[in-house]
Amino acid sequence: MSDISLWQPTAPLDNLRRRATLLADIRRFFSERQVLEMEVPILSRRATSDPHIDSITADCSGASAFLATSPEFGLKRLLAAGMGDCYYLGKAFRNGEAGGRHNPEFTMLEWYRVGWDDHRLMIEVGEFLSWMLNISRVCSYSYRALFLKFLDIDPHRASLEELKAVVARVLELSFEPADRDECLDLLMSHHIEPNMDSSDERGITLVYDFPASQAALARVEDDELGAPVARRFEAYVAGMELANGYWELTDAAEQQRRFAADQQYRAEHGKPVNPYEERLVEALAAGMPNCAGVALGVDRLLILACGAQRIEEVIAFPIERA
Amino acid sequence: MANYSTNEFKGGLKVMLDGDPCSIVDNEFVKPGKGQAFNRVKLRNLKTGRVWERTFRSGESLESADVMDRDMEYLYNDGEFFHFMEPETFEQHQADAKAVGDAAKWLKEQDICVVTLYNGAPLAVTPPNHVILEITDTDPGVRGDTAQGGTKPATLSTGAVVKVPLFLEIGETIKVDTRTAEYLGRAKED
Repeated sequence: MSDISLWQPTAPLDNLRRRATLLADIRRFFSERQVLEMEVPILSRRATSDPHIDSITADCSGASAFLATSPEFGLKRLLAAGMGDCYYLGKAFRNGEAGGRHNPEFTMLEWYRVGWDDHRLMIEVGEFLSWMLNISRVCSYSYRALFLKFLDIDPHRASLEELKAVVARVLELSFEPADRDECLDLLMSHHIEPNMDSSDERGITLVYDFPASQAALARVEDDELGAPVARRFEAYVAGMELANGYWELTDAAEQQRRFAADQQYRAEHGKPVNPYEERLVEALAAGMPNCAGVALGVDRLLILACGAQRIEEVIAFPIERA
Repeated sequence: MANYSTNEFKGGLKVMLDGDPCSIVDNEFVKPGKGQAFNRVKLRNLKTGRVWERTFRSGESLESADVMDRDMEYLYNDGEFFHFMEPETFEQHQADAKAVGDAAKWLKEQDICVVTLYNGAPLAVTPPNHVILEITDTDPGVRGDTAQGGTKPATLSTGAVVKVPLFLEIGETIKVDTRTAEYLGRAKED
């Protein structure tokens, strides 16, 4: 085959029609619950500081600008301004992320619930996924329970050496894991996720209480065994990570510390260090209400809704053809 | 030698891993939303044929392997080496039994094979997908019953043994798929 067919969409037209009905269903879900759709900048003078996510840089009016890696900063500034429950449904961009489940440009849904915590929002995420995918079975595990179940190890208490030994038992690596988080990421993504949904009936798996070192923008509190954990959760269906939620950090000083720590990590690891969103710190200082928020990958949701395998089956023009 | 980064890994790319030339079979980008990015890569070791699965940090790179596939004519076997010739340059290469491996049972003189060269020396030989070979030994043919669909083993001139329909006789030439050892039909007389 020659290049002649490269003008065509990679996704079957039926999957693109399904995308249209899914987007309409999502908007109906939130409209029925009085959650308002918001638009926030996709092009910003500030970049993400996340240690493992890279912004795409653009040139705008002679100065650097960045494509949003999520609508989080904009939505939180609106929450601080008093907007109340709101969501964003639209594009987000992440540099270098391409593969069977990733495209650098993708569709993200992110919503916030004022006055809720992570556990209350997990219930709604379960309801949302049940509605969109017609699945009724929902299981929840703490991050610790999941590691105990699949690997018989406590992820919060195990030493680096113990974690490395487990990694060496289940995986072949080209490198030596540098720290506990790298071990945990490897075990989660390579071993636990693929084995999570082994039963015949497809279910929704919610995982909560992540290691404090992986808190991102979630609150950190002690769990029932006294280990500091991030009040953060993830949702999985068929072994695929679909959503990541937080009981949101509202402490401006702590937010400032985390931005600084992220920027330092990026500098030490040779990653681009871009201007971070100091306006979020100002918004938190002015008073953002207690709230929980979650971001969900709509393309992956569509992969499941269509019974597809790869992201190019649900995106008309992935980056190779964009 | 060039280096390839994980984001350039794709099926068929030849790289060095643990001192052996490998061909990439599959490359999966794995990244937890808030975690580090990895590439889970399947590679075939071209020396042993074994498939490895290995995880790299995204952005790591591997040295390219000096491996290339060349169409060559099979000339003869001198008892120790199999001799091949590049049809354009007439340059000859000798491959040992280890490099030829299972392909040996399909090699007929003058057939065009794919010889994989590593640092200029034959590493592996892939026979043509379809070969035409003579039956040198089989049970006597059963006439008049061509629709029955039974099979019997037949030894071919190169030593390969394949299942053929009952009506075939010693001395007939047949077409065989070397990937599956499947009988495809009688060879056309032309």
